Amino acid sequence: MSQTPANPACAIECRQITKTFGSVVANDKIDLDVRYGEILALLGENGSGKTTLMNMLSGIYHPDSGSISIAGQPVSINSPVDAMHLGIGMIHQHFKLVDAFTAMDNIVLGTHGKRLAPKVLKERILEICHSVGLEIDPEKRVYEMSVSEKQTVEILKVLYRDAKILILDEPTAVLTPQETGKLFAILRRMREQGRAIIIITHKLQEVLEISDRVTILWKGKSIDTVNTAETNARQLTELMVGRPVSLSIQRPQPQDPQPVMDVQGLTVKKPDGAIALDGISFDIRSGEILGIAGVAGSGQKELCETIAGLTKSEKGHITFKGEEILGKTPAEIISLGIHMGFVPEDRLGMGLVASMGMVDNMLLKSYRSHKGMFIDRKPARALAEELIRRLEIVTPGEDTPVRLLSGGNVQKVLIGREIESGPSVLITAYPVRGLDINSSYTVYDLLNEQKQKGVAVVFVGEDLDVLLELCDRILVLCHGRITGLVDASSVTKEQIGLMMTGSHSGEVQQ
Amino acid sequence: MNTQKLSHEPLIRVVKRTERPPRQVTLLRALALVLSILAGGLFILSLGYNPIEIYATILSGAFRSKIAIQGTVKIMIPLLISSLGVTLAFKMKFWNIGAEGQIIAGAIVASYFALYHSDWNHWVLIVVMFLAGVIGGGIWGLIPALCKMKWNTNETLFTLMLNYIALHIVDYLRDGPWKDPGSQGFPKIARFDANVMLDKVLGVQFGWIVALVLAALIYIYLRYTKQGYEISVVGESTETARYAGMNVRRIVLRTMFLSGAVCGIAGMVQATGSDITLTDAVAGGVGFTAIIVAWLSQLNPITITVVSFLFSVLEKGSSVVQSSYGLSTDCADVLQSIILFFVLGCEFFIRYRFVMRKKGGNA
Repeated sequence: MSQTPANPACAIECRQITKTFGSVVANDKIDLDVRYGEILALLGENGSGKTTLMNMLSGIYHPDSGSISIAGQPVSINSPVDAMHLGIGMIHQHFKLVDAFTAMDNIVLGTHGKRLAPKVLKERILEICHSVGLEIDPEKRVYEMSVSEKQTVEILKVLYRDAKILILDEPTAVLTPQETGKLFAILRRMREQGRAIIIITHKLQEVLEISDRVTILWKGKSIDTVNTAETNARQLTELMVGRPVSLSIQRPQPQDPQPVMDVQGLTVKKPDGAIALDGISFDIRSGEILGIAGVAGSGQKELCETIAGLTKSEKGHITFKGEEILGKTPAEIISLGIHMGFVPEDRLGMGLVASMGMVDNMLLKSYRSHKGMFIDRKPARALAEELIRRLEIVTPGEDTPVRLLSGGNVQKVLIGREIESGPSVLITAYPVRGLDINSSYTVYDLLNEQKQKGVAVVFVGEDLDVLLELCDRILVLCHGRITGLVDASSVTKEQIGLMMTGSHSGEVQQ
Repeated sequence: MNTQKLSHEPLIRVVKRTERPPRQVTLLRALALVLSILAGGLFILSLGYNPIEIYATILSGAFRSKIAIQGTVKIMIPLLISSLGVTLAFKMKFWNIGAEGQIIAGAIVASYFALYHSDWNHWVLIVVMFLAGVIGGGIWGLIPALCKMKWNTNETLFTLMLNYIALHIVDYLRDGPWKDPGSQGFPKIARFDANVMLDKVLGVQFGWIVALVLAALIYIYLRYTKQGYEISVVGESTETARYAGMNVRRIVLRTMFLSGAVCGIAGMVQATGSDITLTDAVAGGVGFTAIIVAWLSQLNPITITVVSFLFSVLEKGSSVVQSSYGLSTDCADVLQSIILFFVLGCEFFIRYRFVMRKKGGNA
């Protein structure tokens, strides 16, 4: 796949780049070279400094020391405008678009040239689209667009500014496998046009598929740069994690799975009135992990929150061993003797109180159970201490605000608390998002441990490889409908990808 | 590619720093205080006065006699109580800048009993007036909270507007139904009966005891009770509160009622203990100063007690400076602002540091 770059001149040369935030060294003497006409993958775990480095290239931060050369010229990039003038364009993971504007308006927003007549502008944009194989309706408004269309607008934004260097921050995180394939075809086209492309990702398969070279960052240092053709997933993982790891996830046989929760015809609306879940029915069984796959925003959040009793539903039933729980508050559900654990997607914004220590966070769901008007912190402190010991949580103390802990430790605090409540159903939304490989495996182990205890585990995930390896059954959501409920051991990634787009539906295969 | 646009590294950059140890932070804050006094001295010097003399007068003005100290405490009472009141709302990140109106509302309802039921038993009357202050202020705090919960209105604007409404209600009462018949046409509300007046303890109306008790109660309430815990969680994230099964609506309404009620107590105490009548100056800007005191003290009731005392010393002292040097009390406001500027400004240096461009231009 890797071709000899047409123009071997260096697009970017970073030497000894260092950037600290307070006591955190985000980038430690990083060297990075990118050539015109190549795709360089920047690989590293969360917190390894990828985004910081790219933010310095796009003028958001300024390095403490070190030098950056663009096309052989030493430069100082002080603002995104400087970056634009240097021909660097960044496509952020979180789109920065004005929802009420059309694609066209968003594309020209912030450019200083003379305003072109809409007709001319449209021509110009379609011309750019044609040259790289993008497809877009320039007059469509952003709020009407799908995620991949929005990404197309982001890419067009930088191409319109004639960027010769493109940086894409985890562009595939929000795409289905099919959309990812399309994006890669476009990136290859741009490579042929002689552009330099940096793609940030932590998905190894994609690195191997698209890149010419890979630079691996580890704890803020540039560890190595390898030619993609000469490496493999195992070697990359070892470089990324800093030691050899086993990549297989265990999947113990479910022990006597029994339906514990039954969802029937559940319909839920979003706050803005749009349908989030459209009459879905399925069951959750004890002693197994039910995976939920789907493009982001297909109703996963609403499904989790409705089961947990946090969101009101339009119609349908959710019964726990025959007892209706829909329409009941979390407190009422608990008073029925049903314990539900819920690990929400937004850990610090929903599952935990970011500025409080572990002790006060342990109280979050249990503070009511103590009689009287005062809070009893003693059992919470004991629980915090036990979790620190048992889950090896790294924290300066149980009163240190949890926002100061690393992502993996934050997740251990949250999952630990939910598991300690002795749930019969444990709902987890993207529990390994943003975690390093080590912490991810700790989470898989914890979930498997719960499964073997007979807990019904729900795992909402985004990485299909993980879903396929960890879960027993996989439910696929698309636009709030179930487009597949399949046995994880007898389905392929491609099949699930098709179900995610609703173009193919799968049946339970027993 | 446009290579002519290459710019230099900026001369000064702001960089986030390592978290400083607590001792250094305290030292930095003390340094800021010293610097503010020096800067204030320069200001006084520029007006042609001797700063040391003026500062000494401020201090002695606040403490020189029993009466002076009593005067200082009298200023402190409403300031401390209303600072505690807004703290409840601020802990919940509810931007209650309507303490002024809540003080007035409390004073109005209490004044009704002071004017029309002055013949009641003294202690019964005081208890009733106290409750009246609570209810008046509480309702004034509840209105913006209700509207926010129902229609998601902006509480900052809403509480601010309610200040003016309360103020003009006093004007209306003064010019109309509650006008003093014995004032010969001059619009004012009658002085309260002696039976209404709050008793004195150590020469000052007992509002100061109320204030200190409230400080202790609110400290305990925020720190050790379930409701205090709920306030902190809601303040941090309503999503988390919802996740924990808290009734956010009820917590917001309850807390805003309490916040307004405490401010209402300040109004009741001021009207019946210090002013002995109801005027449109019953709050007199205290509700706004309270916001500064609360944030300057980082919402800690103990610190609030200390800070509101210091503010009162400055205010009492400057009134003495005015009478003995003819220096306007507006100068005290300038001094106050200088101190605030330095103390709040030093927070920046706790978190950030400057980096100068290295010699030789581009690195």
